[in-house]
Amino acid sequence: MTQLEIKREALRKPFNRRRKACPFSGPNAPKIDYKDTKLLARYTSERGKIVPSRISAVSAKKQRELATAIKRSRFLALMPYVIA
Amino acid sequence: MRLYESVLIARQDITTAQVETMADEFAEIITSAGGSIRKREYWGLRALAYRIKKNRKGHYVMFNLETGPEALKEYERIMGLNEDILRFLNIRIEEVEEGPSIMMQVKTERPTRGGRDDRDSGDQNPGKAESNDSVAAEKSED
Repeated sequence: MTQLEIKREALRKPFNRRRKACPFSGPNAPKIDYKDTKLLARYTSERGKIVPSRISAVSAKKQRELATAIKRSRFLALMPYVIA
Repeated sequence: MRLYESVLIARQDITTAQVETMADEFAEIITSAGGSIRKREYWGLRALAYRIKKNRKGHYVMFNLETGPEALKEYERIMGLNEDILRFLNIRIEEVEEGPSIMMQVKTERPTRGGRDDRDSGDQNPGKAESNDSVAAEKSED
């Protein structure tokens, strides 16, 4: 099994990973809502920081929307500002 | 007339009945100024993510309002004066959501849903899924 994986990796050019699609674009994408803490928690780090879009692959437009939603959620104490 | 969404957090020490009467008073400010309450939700006594004025819990109430900016300003002023209100957030919205908000759904749906739904939608890496499939296929051939 490991051999197979190595072969596959060799076939694909190194550092040529496929661009991930934005999780909030396209049909049946979830709506960004400050009340949906379960969804927002996926885009924050363990310490409660907002994950940069280059890691989460969220589009720039949706990242702005996401950031305000997380900040609203924090203000209402639905999400923490910091997890110490 | 504009649509607004308003969430307020009340102190943990007051009773649910007191929260309801207080919410009625706030709703009255809006309705007496010619606005209307489109939706009203009580999210219950929830744990706060951090302490606010030494409170660890708070009663959450949400309104969807249709009102003008003057009435909202008065509404905010009254809320700011009320000592039982820890915090409030009023934002403008384009449309009122159909049915109860996510906060109400979580309460009722959690036992049946479990954590599975999260994982399914979270795995959105098509490349990864593909490779898993092919590996599985190779395995069965063996």
